[in-house]
Amino acid sequence: MIHSDYLLLLIGMGLVTYIPRWVPLFYLSRRRLPQWVVDWLELIPVAILSALVLPEIMTLGDPREFVLLNPKLLVAVPTFFFALKTRSLGGTVILGMLLFWLAKKFF
Amino acid sequence: MTREIHSKKTESRERGFLREGIKAAWPICLGYVPIGLAFGVLAQKAGLQPLEVGLMSLLVFAGSSQFIAVSMISAGADALPIIVTTFTVNLRHLLMSSSLSLYLGRLQRGWISLFSYGVTDESFAVNLTRFRDGGWHWRPALVLNHTANLVWIVSTVLGALGGQFIPAGAFGIDYALVAMFLCLLVFQLRGKLHAVTAVLAGVLAVVLALAIPGNAYVVIASMAAATIGVFLKHLRPSLSGEKS
Repeated sequence: MIHSDYLLLLIGMGLVTYIPRWVPLFYLSRRRLPQWVVDWLELIPVAILSALVLPEIMTLGDPREFVLLNPKLLVAVPTFFFALKTRSLGGTVILGMLLFWLAKKFF
Repeated sequence: MTREIHSKKTESRERGFLREGIKAAWPICLGYVPIGLAFGVLAQKAGLQPLEVGLMSLLVFAGSSQFIAVSMISAGADALPIIVTTFTVNLRHLLMSSSLSLYLGRLQRGWISLFSYGVTDESFAVNLTRFRDGGWHWRPALVLNHTANLVWIVSTVLGALGGQFIPAGAFGIDYALVAMFLCLLVFQLRGKLHAVTAVLAGVLAVVLALAIPGNAYVVIASMAAATIGVFLKHLRPSLSGEKS
């Protein structure tokens, strides 16, 4: 039995999650955007990926602290170069997991 | 003759969209399983039933904000602060959907609305890379979204049912998504301008992540870096020559 309070919470959370995902796709996809907006949106993916992954591997804990010598970052270096060399998503994921698994045995 | 061959090719590609979408989704799924299990365990400890956990994964489908919501629920927070926090945590998808909109121009609005449901950090990163390389279209992209969603729902429910029996971090599986993002970042480095933007965004994000709590650093750092990138493109046109 689901409480109605909990259901309302989920509907609220669902709406505020869905709307930011939906509005740009719904309204921008049919529009001809000015060139500078297209240029900007072209750079957003590389910026977001970098902004997601770098803090993930260079900071630890809550509140976050900068930790240079941590297994996540140490494993990221060979994983990054492997991806650069092979351009294989599957291979990179497997190698990263393997190296991280080994690294945690030593840390 | 050539036209016939061409149309056969497109046909078989369209029929293969299920397999293509699922195949492209596997690194995401690999990453979602341990996170989903961990979430289920936490949610169950916070007093949620497996059905309630599954319903949250279905209606919200946003990993990090689900974790935050559960910790707020166990701290006894009201609904409104939880919803406001969810909104701010997930605002970054506004940027991702904007980028994806460049590739979904001819798609019917009903499909667009369904597709929007599945825009997460992970599906965005994989789909956008595929769209950009060409040979990707909305059907496998939609399959990818929903495969990831299904795996997420199932693993969170399994976690709530008894995920504490599964050893955490087995085989380095907790590194799957980091490795995936690293590789997709490499795919996005298409020349000097993109590399400069990546470095700017990364450094800025680390500094902001240390300076301010929450995850606003993702949005601020990537918007600032992309803006500087656009200016650089106009000031130094030599930077924007793309490697293929």
